[in-house]
Amino acid sequence: MGSGNPAMRVARLALLLLIACAAQADAAEYMNLRGGKFASVLPADAKNADVVVAPFRLRTVPVTNAEFLAFVQAHPQWRRDRVAQVFAESRYLSQWADADTLGTNARPDQPVTQVSWFAARAYCQSENARLPFWNEWEFAAAADATHADARSDPTWRAGILAWYAQPNQPLAVIGGAANFYGVRDLHNLVWEWVDDFNALLVASDSRDQNDPDRLKFCGAGALAMRDLDHYAVLMRIAMLSSLKAANTTANLGFRCAKDGTGDNR
Amino acid sequence: MKSTFMKLALAASIAIIFGSPAVAATASDTATTQQGTNAAKGSQYGDFGPPQGDPIHAVLTSPPQVPPPIHRDKPAKVIVELEVIEKDMPISEGVSYRFWTFGGTVPGSFIRVRQGDTVEFHLKNNPNNKMPHNIDLHGVTGPGGGAASSSTAPGHESQFTFKALNQGIFIYHCATAPVGMHIANGMYGLFLVEPPEGMPAVDHEYYVMQGDFYTTGKYREKGAQPFDMEKAIAEQPTYVVFNGREGSLTGDNALTAKTDQTVRMFIGNGGPNLVSSFHIIGEIFDRVQSEGGTLAQENVQTTLVPSGGAAIVQFHTEVPGSYVLVDHSIFRAFNKGALGILKVDGPENKAIYSGKEVDSVYLGDRPNPNPNAATQAAHAASTGKLTLEDQIKAGKELFTGTCSICHQANGEGLPGVFPPLAKSSFIAADPKKSIEILLHGLTGKVTVNGQEYNSTMPPMIQINDDDAANILTYVLNSWGNPGGYVQAAEVAKVRAAPPAK
Repeated sequence: MGSGNPAMRVARLALLLLIACAAQADAAEYMNLRGGKFASVLPADAKNADVVVAPFRLRTVPVTNAEFLAFVQAHPQWRRDRVAQVFAESRYLSQWADADTLGTNARPDQPVTQVSWFAARAYCQSENARLPFWNEWEFAAAADATHADARSDPTWRAGILAWYAQPNQPLAVIGGAANFYGVRDLHNLVWEWVDDFNALLVASDSRDQNDPDRLKFCGAGALAMRDLDHYAVLMRIAMLSSLKAANTTANLGFRCAKDGTGDNR
Repeated sequence: MKSTFMKLALAASIAIIFGSPAVAATASDTATTQQGTNAAKGSQYGDFGPPQGDPIHAVLTSPPQVPPPIHRDKPAKVIVELEVIEKDMPISEGVSYRFWTFGGTVPGSFIRVRQGDTVEFHLKNNPNNKMPHNIDLHGVTGPGGGAASSSTAPGHESQFTFKALNQGIFIYHCATAPVGMHIANGMYGLFLVEPPEGMPAVDHEYYVMQGDFYTTGKYREKGAQPFDMEKAIAEQPTYVVFNGREGSLTGDNALTAKTDQTVRMFIGNGGPNLVSSFHIIGEIFDRVQSEGGTLAQENVQTTLVPSGGAAIVQFHTEVPGSYVLVDHSIFRAFNKGALGILKVDGPENKAIYSGKEVDSVYLGDRPNPNPNAATQAAHAASTGKLTLEDQIKAGKELFTGTCSICHQANGEGLPGVFPPLAKSSFIAADPKKSIEILLHGLTGKVTVNGQEYNSTMPPMIQINDDDAANILTYVLNSWGNPGGYVQAAEVAKVRAAPPAK
């Protein structure tokens, strides 16, 4: 499903109309991240080049059930009983007791899951924000508590990897330890939508005509990845690559981002 | 990036091997000559036209069961529905592991179709799962073996359709990045494409699949054991098991057959790393389709099953008893779990295998064998004419065969390791105690001639009373020991008594 196909364009247009008048108090906390040259596992030229991440601001924690509930109350077109099917599949917000009640299976301070990309995007616009791009998310998630880029630390990597071997439920609440940038819960809580999730499969340089299916099957991923030891990141990409924009899963949430000034850190 | 280029080149050459009609035709011509059937022909001959009749839902079975044979003479549309389930299961007694499974078992459900069938494949990813998954069936002709069309997020379902053009036994596995981890967590199974004429009838068909597993804890360390990526990369598995857990095919779970039956086993190897040297102790495979291919090898002892490959083995049972399935890379069998049992019931067949007929002493090669001395002594003992000289002569011969290996021919032993018998303070203190030591062994600290020894002498229960008496008499009368003799009756008495603590 490419971002350029007609169905998607229609959907995006409709989405813009739906959220045109969205306005909500901007209470969530965002951190400034300087950005810069960054060794993404998906190199800029599909070989070895660093990507350049522009300064941006990132929400410190994922959006919670309570926050998303407030959003659907303000924007009832995103209630699960009213949302258009092209924007969210049937499992959308199904962990909630009702269309406007969290109930016992969804704690207010748990990250909201079972949200589609469309819904996540609409929410972020209500915070005058957007979804982060993959490289922004990856940039922020490379940090541990004391280093901007901790990815070469095998202990830290093993700790992240361990989350993937744990049972799915129940979901923890937000508020994990802050990383180098003051951002929390990038690891060990939920998968997170990124704005360009469906571009991860496409060769980033059209000149070398890489196989656009390269991440979809055995061995293919190994051809395009720069650092094959970043299994946790690999799994993120594999997860995002398996999704369509209307999909939701029990472990998939999101946080928002904004363009930044880079005047901090 | 050189490695990228090499992998691409490799992929291209694989594509040539599988894709080239010329190569396929050569292989199939040979097969046709051997088998006199079109069944062996390759993918270009495997299309028997559009599916006929109503769609059929495939019967899926959990290991070690195999779905029933297909008795159909026309291609059909076969619907396969397979669900991916991530769940905790035991990998060994008291050890649990978080498996990722096709159909809730490791290996995954067995799928059986007929060559030429059109398979409509539904891959479902359970909503409670955390990971995306897909499936790469080695029996599919098409990019990624279906994986490119089946990447599926939790709570979703993918569908793709393929025609099973090549017959044989094929692996399927998950190919979502990181592929190695998905396979290491148990995501593999077998996919059988029967020849159009079916397979010869047998009494039993079984499904056995080997896999290697990597846990942070040691082998049999109790509790929930997480996956260890470092060990997986180093290819140093904690467990190598059949059918997903140690003990899956032993005890009450053992495979069964009767004597005078034919058994066919589909043996797969999911890996992710190790190649299996599959062997059944006490059986010879009458027929092996190694690598799952069409041509059969006959009279095979051990067959190599590659990681990501499979074989069909067949044999006939003659003698009752337990037959042990092993990976004959044998430490894996006894120290990592790769062990299963086939229990064969039925009447004994002594003409083919007698069971144990003789259990007698074998003394090994003696430096200066004097076959007569011990025999003469035994004869003398039976007639009551045994002299001290006879005993010493026989004892010397016997001592040279067994005892001298440790205590040395001159009775000096090895300082600090094996105590001396020569001028031994220990023997002098209580000569008769040596009978007990010979029969029951001796473990722990002893002080001999002022030096402490701390080692183990195993019980020498295989030495009979006469021989033991002669050996001890020889020792008592040699190397400055106090002399005297030991009688066979004394040995018998000690032997009957429980070992002193």
